Order: sequence, then structure tokens, then C-alpha cells
Amino acid sequence: MNEPRQPLPYWLGTPAAVAMLAFVVLPLVLTLSLSFYPFTGSHIGTQLTGANYASIAGDGYYRAIFLRTFELALVVTALTIAIGVPEAYVLSRLSPRWRAVSMLIVLGPLLISVVVRTLGWAILLGNEGVINRALLATGLVQEPVKMMFTFTGVVVALVHVLVPFMVLAVWASLQKLDPATEQAAETLGAGPWTVLRRIVVPQVIPGVLSGGLIVFALVASAFATPAIIGGRRLKVVPTTIYDEFLGNLNWPLGAALAVVLVVIVLSVSLSVNRGVERRFKQVFE
Amino acid sequence: MSFLELQGLDKRYGEFMAVSGCSLAVEQGEFVCLLGPSGCGKTTTLQMLAGLAPPSAGRILLDGRDITNVKPSERGLGIVFQSYALFPHMTVHDNVAFGLEMRRVAAAEREQRVREVLDLVHLETMAARYPRELSGGQRQRVAMARALVIRPPVLLLDEPMGALDAKLREEMQIELRALQRRVGITTIMVTHDQAEAMTLADRVVLMNKGRIEQVARPFDMYEHPNGRFASTFLGKANVFRGHAAGGVAEVLGHRLPCPSDGATGAIDYIVRPEKVVVTAQSPLVRGRIAVRIFLGNHWLFQVDTPLGPIQFTQVNRGETAAAEGQEVGLGWPAEHVRVVPAGAGA
Repeated sequence: MNEPRQPLPYWLGTPAAVAMLAFVVLPLVLTLSLSFYPFTGSHIGTQLTGANYASIAGDGYYRAIFLRTFELALVVTALTIAIGVPEAYVLSRLSPRWRAVSMLIVLGPLLISVVVRTLGWAILLGNEGVINRALLATGLVQEPVKMMFTFTGVVVALVHVLVPFMVLAVWASLQKLDPATEQAAETLGAGPWTVLRRIVVPQVIPGVLSGGLIVFALVASAFATPAIIGGRRLKVVPTTIYDEFLGNLNWPLGAALAVVLVVIVLSVSLSVNRGVERRFKQVFE
Repeated sequence: MSFLELQGLDKRYGEFMAVSGCSLAVEQGEFVCLLGPSGCGKTTTLQMLAGLAPPSAGRILLDGRDITNVKPSERGLGIVFQSYALFPHMTVHDNVAFGLEMRRVAAAEREQRVREVLDLVHLETMAARYPRELSGGQRQRVAMARALVIRPPVLLLDEPMGALDAKLREEMQIELRALQRRVGITTIMVTHDQAEAMTLADRVVLMNKGRIEQVARPFDMYEHPNGRFASTFLGKANVFRGHAAGGVAEVLGHRLPCPSDGATGAIDYIVRPEKVVVTAQSPLVRGRIAVRIFLGNHWLFQVDTPLGPIQFTQVNRGETAAAEGQEVGLGWPAEHVRVVPAGAGA
């Protein structure tokens, strides 16, 4: 600690710090302060108030939207874990050439613009869409199955784009796994399923956790997909915020909704993170 | 019929023959070392035994039963991996108990057996620890306990000392030997360390380029290497290419003594460094000491001679040894020379 303090690292860190302050911290602070102003129907008042929060807490309409948002986040996170973990495991077992090809396919959804990708899902899922036409043509259903503007439709489209995050996170954990531990379990009499459940999965928990947190936060703040697939009939918090700001011009209420969303996502993430790290502390080093 | 038999095992990876024609018979309770340089096929052979690499050809018989196509989970062999492959998310106790759990051993008996085997490897106080809280030597003993607790007919060890430092390695070798004797388990160990093989093994299986070069007791292999490779991989050796006929060898125009049972024709003439002595009377060859190295209990010399460089050692008895640059005459008795057909085990 006796070394003279080097100024250079601080100078090198300054641009990033300034950008962070200007574009992340400042808007958050402004949003927070905005949320305490009243809205009179035509303009923003000057008297500080907690009324916006009171109306969010008291109004069943907003509660339903928050519940729907977090239900969506939980369901999508669970599905990406269920799909992404086995997918990452299979990928890690492929020969390098097939792995490269498969990786490209897995990452594919991320390479396409979110709007284009989501409109693609709209084409597939609509009442006149590809899936329904095929179902009707084969006689499997008499009426088109409703998928657009439904919870299921939004879940399908979100899982599609978010699975890659889970695969990448679990993949990183799998890289650190000693394949000999699987062989050891096998020679001790464990079948393939037991090896996966007792040996592999517990060791990739850190990857599942970070992937899960990323997916959860991305779903809770997803806008384009719920807006296009869910529409106005299936509102989530981000689309509601958008409507408050740009539809009703009620900026303070929109800001309050945003603040509540950030606080809930952060506290859920932090507590899940702490809980899982405590439960599986031996695989977190 | 031996307890464990390998019959003509081949392992082919594409064009590459990792192991070819590996045949070996191991008796019950024997400690056999597969010794060789990296890439010689020793680990592949062990993996075929463990069932982790299916052989391309050949059979494996255990106690008369063909286990060539039996899955590793059903072979019931005990294996200690090079990395130990302990389960990092389980305690020492749970690591050791895993194999018993898989065998559905009742809880009471399981606890009893885990305790016994942890006693055996002196880790009784470590049961609640996690692998990363243990030292290298302790991890190795956990791996050993985990393999032994299922009472396997054969214990397979893949370079179990590889991750340990030199001093600890020596201690663990002695401990492993004692443990193996006590349990009386048939053991096959892979190593690239010739000293380790000599310390531990009842018999050494020397491998090179996917083939078995020689199978012998350590002393016999050291004294009677069957070729250039065996003589230089197990211990040091001076090897000269020459020609032998009528009990005399000729190397670069020098006539050298031969044992009567040696090969004739084109030969490799092998003499160990410690069998070479400095002599003033009728030396076989003369030369100048190029290098002298002090190794504590002995000196190692390299002498430039007309035959090429010759290495010899001298026990340190507290006398001053010959200096670098000094001219010396060297000799060796015929009975310590090995004469093998040229290129045997090259």
C-alpha cells in the first residue's frame, strides 16, 4: 500500500465514468424525481407528492399488469432454463466443427432485428398465419387456434430470443467442468440421467443463475415483443410506461411505474442471487 | 487363466493406432505399472480397461468373464483419475458414499463402509470438508477412498501422483504401496515416471508407440532390458550400435567383451553407467571427462571417447572425484553388458 498512487488508471477510467453518469445515473435520478410530481391532466404540477405511487399500489389495473409482467418473466426464465441447459450440454459434446455450426444457429435470433424477428412470429402465429393454416389444412383443428395477442404467444416469442443468453451462460460454466467427474460418476455406477442430475447440473448452477438473472431482467423490461405480439390487450409494465408517456402524456405516472419496475427487478435479482450462492456455495469460487 | 487378461487389444482413432496388439495377464493381488512416454498408449489402455474407450479389437477378461462390452457403470472397477475428478459440490463423505448410493447399499452399512475407508486413508476427520478445502495429497486419498469403498475387483490408477510435488509424491508412493498390500487389491497404474514404476510395481509393462515393449519385474527389466528403448527409458544407459560374433562385439573398430548369451550380427551394445569403472589396467576405452555433476550420494560423469560420449557414475565415498578435463581409462565386466539385436525396441 506504500506504492505511490498511479493517476493513469483513473484518467483512463474517466470517459467511461462520465458516460455512465450522463447516460445512466442522471436519467435514473431525473426519472425518480419526476415520479414525485403531480399530473393535472394537462400539465405537470410543482407540489411534490406520493400520489403516483399511491395510485399504482391502490389500482387493481396496475397490479394486474405488474403481476402479468412477473409471471411472464418467471415462465420465460423457467422455459429458457429447461431448454437452454440441455442445449448447452449437447453443444459442449459436439465435435468442434458441428459446435461452430450449432452455435451460429443458437445465436441466430440475436443477429436479427427485434422488430423483424417479432413480426416474423406474428406471421407464424396469426389467425391467418402459417401455423393455423397448416393446422386447418390437416384438419387437426376446426377453428384457428388463437395465439396472437395471448400470453402463450408472447412467451413463445420471448423464449425464442432469450434462449441464447441462457445457452451462453451455461456454456461458460460447462467449460470449467472437469469431464472426468462425469466419467468418475459413471464408473461408480451412475447411469447417464443420474450423472446429469447429480454431477453436471449442480456444477453449472452458477451459469444457470447468471443466465436466469439476465433472462428475467430482459423479460421484465422487454418492450417490442409484448408490444407486437401482446398488443394493447396484453399489457406489461414496459408497454404501460410507453403508453403513459406517449399516449396519456402522464410522465410522472410513467416515471413512477419505471421506478417500481427497476426496484422490483433489482430486489428479486439480488435476493435470488444471494440465496443461490449461499445454497450452492461450493461451486461458486 | 489369469485374474485379468487383455487379449490383443487395439485402439484406432481414424488412421492413428493408439494401441496395437496389447496382450497382458495380471494375477490377483498384483500391482502392475503401465510405463511409457506420453502418447505411448498407456492411458488409452487403462481407459479400455475402465470401459471409457471401447477397444477396436481384442478382448478383456476379468475372472474368466468377458467384460469387453460391459458398460463402465456395470464393470464395478475402481478408478482414480489423474485430476482425481472429485465432485466439487459434495463433501468428502458424499464423494465417497456416491458409489455405495448408486449400488443402493443400505444407509447404515453405507455409513459404516465410508467410515472404514476414510480410516484406511487417514481422512476420518475430513469427512465434512469439501474437496477445495483439502491439500493435493488429501484429495488424492479421497479419490482413492472413493474408488476402494465399492470393493472393486481391480483398482485402476491414472498417473495418481502427477499433480503432487516431488516430496509429497515420494510419501504418497510409500503410502500407496502399503495400502495396496493391506487391501490386497489387484492394481493397474499408469505412469510416465520410471522411478515411480520401479518403487511401486510388482511388474512393469513398458509401452512405446502403442505397443508393449517389455513386461518384467523392475529389477529384471533394469538388468535385462530387451532393447535400446527399455534400457534408456528405465534408468540410464550407454548404447552403442555394433556387430557381434563369437562372444566378441565390435563397435567402431573397438573390440568389447560380450556375455555368452547375447545376440549376434548387428547389435545394440548396452552398458549401465553404474557398471562402468575407472581403471588404469587395460581399459576398454580411454577418454577425457567432459562433464562432472555432483548429485549428493553419487557423481555423474560424461566422458568423450572414440565410441562416443559415455556416462558413468561413482558412489560418493567422501573422496575427491576425477576432475573435468582429466584423461581416464574405462572398463566394465562382460557379465553386466546386454547385447540385443540392433533396433530391438527402438
